[in-house]
Amino acid sequence: MHELSLCDDLLGQVIAIAAKHKAQSVESITVAIGALAGVEPLLLESAFSLIKAGTLAEQAQLILQTAPVIVLCRTCGTQSEVTPNRLLCKTCQSNETTLISGDELILASVALNCPD
Amino acid sequence: MCNTCGCNITPGNRPLVMAEKPKNGVTTVSVLQNLLSQNNHQADHNRAHFDASKVLVINLMSSPGSGKTALLEATIKRLRESLKIAVIEGDLETENDTKRIQAQGVPAYQITTGTACHLDAHLVHNALHHLALDNLDLLFIENVGNLVCPASFDLGHHRNVVLLSVTEGDDKPAKYPVMFRAADLMLISKTDLLPYLDDFSPSNAEQNLHNLASDAPVIAFSSKDGQGMDAWITWLLTEIKDYQALLLNQKTQRPKIQQDGQLLHAQPGNTKFYPVSNKTEHLV
Repeated sequence: MHELSLCDDLLGQVIAIAAKHKAQSVESITVAIGALAGVEPLLLESAFSLIKAGTLAEQAQLILQTAPVIVLCRTCGTQSEVTPNRLLCKTCQSNETTLISGDELILASVALNCPD
Repeated sequence: MCNTCGCNITPGNRPLVMAEKPKNGVTTVSVLQNLLSQNNHQADHNRAHFDASKVLVINLMSSPGSGKTALLEATIKRLRESLKIAVIEGDLETENDTKRIQAQGVPAYQITTGTACHLDAHLVHNALHHLALDNLDLLFIENVGNLVCPASFDLGHHRNVVLLSVTEGDDKPAKYPVMFRAADLMLISKTDLLPYLDDFSPSNAEQNLHNLASDAPVIAFSSKDGQGMDAWITWLLTEIKDYQALLLNQKTQRPKIQQDGQLLHAQPGNTKFYPVSNKTEHLV
């Protein structure tokens, strides 16, 4: 349910960047989301389509990149791609792992239409 | 998760995030900013307030009705002679929980969120100016009952405690990994009901937590018959002591999940604070 307030922050950041670059409009917005970020991509998309109306980003496409959940084992040093509720090393089954991808929630880049 | 630009990029996700397709007439600006940066900025500000007043802040999270308020009542009964405690209550409606806490003789402030399903750092900031932080040793924030959203918001607190009541099922950590991964301590509540339930195994619950690569301790307790309360009180007092020791070295405490994020992604934030009093000397 907090996707809408998240979108508000996202749009704020995007509009600020667009203003800084004196852009006429925003072409696309790329966001990276991990499965452990606690955000539902579909809800983020629908919230964004509501909130962008009447702004510089009105025509912008929201590109969501889903980051895989990857853990690094501190016992045997292997990296494994895992599911969000089983963050164990696939090689040695240790739970002494560190998450190296999967909890991100990042505005990665913004494509702007700028006058020459 | 860290709170500054770009530092969320890790070896695992770099190719994904860095991939950019050039297009005619369009300038692509690389941003790499955390979407929660506004909340996280406010949370750091809150933490600086707490650290200046030397008050350990615990964020209590769970489903509705798993016994957060009952735990607080029982805890306050045990500690009100030796510690100065206050509570911030988060609920969609009513001041019922605040009244229960105030009946125990400690200050409580209610945040009614209306329809919002979680507390965020801004709501907590508004609330903390209604409490005399300098007079406190320990502040509990009882989050809105919800196993989903509260986990994503840093409030500026120092420790996350997640409750799981025995009537909810021992697979909750597997079903709600984002929430349970955030726990610095998992409490299994209402153990007085265990004899009536044949489908809840505390060891299964613990195993599901450990499958999330969590090394958080697990304490089973009952606010009703007092079982396990000693272990919980000991955990709390140890946390207060550790926190006070960190403050003496001009450091602060963060929930473990945030520390991991910082080690992984970037340098720790520069939170500056100035201790105002030595009121907790009796604890050190």
